[in-house]
Amino acid sequence: MTHQFPSLSPEQKKELSDIAQRIVAPGKGILAADESTGTMGKRLEKIKVENSEENRRYFRDLLFSTDPSISNCVGGIIFFHETLYQKSDSGKLFPQVIKDKGIVVGIKVDKGTAGLNGTDGETTTQGLDGLSERCAQYKKDGCDFAKWRCVLKISDSCPTSVAIAENANVLARYASICQQNGLVPIVEPEILPDGTHDLLRCQYVTEKVLAAVYKALSDHHVYLEGTLLKPNMVTAGQSCAKKFTPQEVAMATVTALRRTVPASVPGICFLSGGQSEEEASLNLNAINQVPLNRPWKLSFSYGRALQASALAAWQGKTANKAAAQEAFCSRAKINGLASKGEYKASGSADQASMKSLFSASYIY
Amino acid sequence: MTHQFPTLSEAQKRELHETALRIVSPGKGILAADESVGSMAKRLAQVGVENTEENRRQYRQILFSADDRVSGCIGGIIFFHETLYQNSDTGIPFVKMIRDRGILVGIKVDKGVVPLAGTFGETTTQGLDGLSDRCAQYKKDGAVFAKWRCVLKVSETNPSTLAITENANVLARYSSICQQHGIVPIIEPEILPDGDHDLKRSQCITEKVLTAVYKAMSDHHVYLEGTLLKPNMVTSGHSCSTKYGPEEVAMATVTALRRTVPPAVTGVAFLSGGQSEEEATVHLNAINNCPLAKPWILSFSFGRALQASALRAWRGHKENEKGATEQFIKKAEANSLASQGKYTGGDNNYTDAGQRSYGSCHAY
Repeated sequence: MTHQFPSLSPEQKKELSDIAQRIVAPGKGILAADESTGTMGKRLEKIKVENSEENRRYFRDLLFSTDPSISNCVGGIIFFHETLYQKSDSGKLFPQVIKDKGIVVGIKVDKGTAGLNGTDGETTTQGLDGLSERCAQYKKDGCDFAKWRCVLKISDSCPTSVAIAENANVLARYASICQQNGLVPIVEPEILPDGTHDLLRCQYVTEKVLAAVYKALSDHHVYLEGTLLKPNMVTAGQSCAKKFTPQEVAMATVTALRRTVPASVPGICFLSGGQSEEEASLNLNAINQVPLNRPWKLSFSYGRALQASALAAWQGKTANKAAAQEAFCSRAKINGLASKGEYKASGSADQASMKSLFSASYIY
Repeated sequence: MTHQFPTLSEAQKRELHETALRIVSPGKGILAADESVGSMAKRLAQVGVENTEENRRQYRQILFSADDRVSGCIGGIIFFHETLYQNSDTGIPFVKMIRDRGILVGIKVDKGVVPLAGTFGETTTQGLDGLSDRCAQYKKDGAVFAKWRCVLKVSETNPSTLAITENANVLARYSSICQQHGIVPIIEPEILPDGDHDLKRSQCITEKVLTAVYKAMSDHHVYLEGTLLKPNMVTSGHSCSTKYGPEEVAMATVTALRRTVPPAVTGVAFLSGGQSEEEATVHLNAINNCPLAKPWILSFSFGRALQASALRAWRGHKENEKGATEQFIKKAEANSLASQGKYTGGDNNYTDAGQRSYGSCHAY
C-alpha cells in the first residue's frame, strides 16, 4: 500500500485537470439537467404537463438552445441517459448542441439509492456494476464528466458511521472508475436539509461526512485535481425554528469546507437542495464574499434553482418558449455573478456593507 | 457521533487560533531547541563538549541571548523539559528571556518512540499518560504550544498500515489533550529520509500519511485552526541515486500538501531532517516560490538547520559565545527570508525565469 502503482499517466491527469478547470472557469457553473424520468414527472406535474418523452425532450431543448451567451455562465451541463441520445428541433444531437456552445457535457451515472439494512432509513447508492464499460461508452458519445449522488440525512441517530463510511466508499469507487475512462467525477455527498437541526449541527455533520469522503478518495488513489465536489451548503434544517442569514450560512459553509476539502480540488459546485432560486443565488454570492482564504472555485450545480422560473414561464406552451428561455438565461447570469461574489440583488446593499454583515465575533 | 458535544468554547478556539497565527506570522518560524538529553549528547560530542546539565544550559543560553534581530524571524522556540526551568548566567529564567523578546514558548511533550511488535522496526510514540495534567502545568509555567514527534520510515514494506494508523491516532489524542489546556499542538509525522527511494515514492507516502493524520484529527474533534503541522519536506531518500533540484522538491512537497492538508490548518513549519543549513533554507525558499496556490503559511521549525554553525563556532569556549550567537542570528534571518520566498543567498535566485523551471504539476 505504500508503493505507488500509477493509476493515471501524466497525460490522463492533464486531460482530467483541464476538463475540471474548464467547467469551473471564472464566472461559470453547472446546469444540472439530469432529472430522472420519475423526477421529471414531478416537475412537469407542477405545471400540468404530461411526462412524455417528447415533452422532456422539448423542455431540455428549450434550455440547451438558448442564446450562445449562456456559455459565459454555464461551464457544464449534466445529462440524464435518455437526453444524451435525443436531438434538438434542428436535428442535432444534444451533446453536439452543447459542445458547439463550448460547454462541457456531463452524465449522471448512478442508479439511485438502495437501503442500508439495520439503519433508520439510511441509504447507499448503486450503479457500480459495469460502470467502467458505461463510462467508456459515454466518453465516446461526447461526455467529459460524470455525476453520482449519495444521500445522507440528519436526525437524532443519523447519519450513522456505517452510512458515512459506505457512501464515502462508493463515491470513491465511482470516482476511480470514471477517471480511468477520462471522465471527471463530480462527487456529491448530499446531506438533506430535512429536520429541525440548527446551523451548527449541519456544519458538524458536513465536516464529518466530507472528512470521510476525502479519506476514501485518498485510499482509492483518486486524482483530486481531476475531480469536482458537489456538496450541500451548510444550512439549518428546513423545520428549524431559528432562521439564519446568507452571511451565517456562508461562514458556516466555508469554514466546514476549509476544514475538510484539500486545496488541490479545483472546484466546489453547490447543490441547491430545497432552496428557492433567489435563496440559492444569495447564498452562493455570500459564500464568495466570505473573508477567509478559499483555495477552490466556489460555484453552482443547480437544477431547480436554475429551472424553476423557466418551467413556470413555459407551462407546456410553445408560445412561451422565448419567455422561458429568457427566465433561464436570467438565472444563469445571476448565478454567474454570484460565483464571483458580484451579485447585487435589487434593494440589497453593496459589497462593502455586505462584508460587514459577517459576524466577526462568532467562531464556527 | 453525529452530535456535537462541544470540545472547545469560542474563547478557547480564539486563543488557540491567535497563538498559532503569532507563531507563524509573516517572516517568522520556529527554533526547535528541544533536543532530549540523549540527542544533545550526540550534538555536543561532535564539538568535543561534555554532556552536562551546565553545558546544555550554556549552549541554550547562546541561542536565547540573540538580540532583537531574531524577534522578526522567530515566532516560537520549542523547549525540552529541563530547559524550561533553567536560568541565564544572571539568574533570569529562560522562559522570561524569550517572552520578553515577544517570542512564544513551546514544550516537547512526547516521551520518545517505542516499537510496534510484529512490524519491521516500526514505532509509535508514547507520552499520553498524565498528559493532561502535564499540559496544565506547562501552561502555568509559560508554554503556549507543544510538540510531539512521530516517526515513520520508508522501505520495501514500510510504512505499514498499522504504523500509519497508530501514529495518526496518537497524534490526534495528543492534539485533543493539548487544546483542552489552551496549548497549540504542533503535529509532527516525520517520514525519515533514510533509504534509496525516489521523490515520487516519498510524495506518495507523504500523501497517505498526511491523509491519515487529518482523518484522525477529524475523528478526535481537533480544532484545525488551532494547530500547526511539522512535516518532512518531500525529498528522495539519502541513498537515492537520482538527485533532485529545489524546484522539484518544492513542487512535490506543495502538491502533497495541497492534496492532504485542509486549508483551515494555520501553518506548516517544515522539519529539516538530515538536510544541511543551506539545503533546508534553499528548499524552504523554493517551496515559497512554487506557483501553485498555497492556503497555509509555509515556514520552518528547524533544529540542526538553525544551530549547526552556532554549535561549531562555540565548541564549548566562553570566548566564542558572541560569535556563536551571531551565527544563529544569521541563520534565523536567512530562513525568515526563505519563509517569504525572498532568500537570495547560495545558488538560488528566483526571478521569473527561475519560476518556470518548476515544471508541470501533472507529473506529480
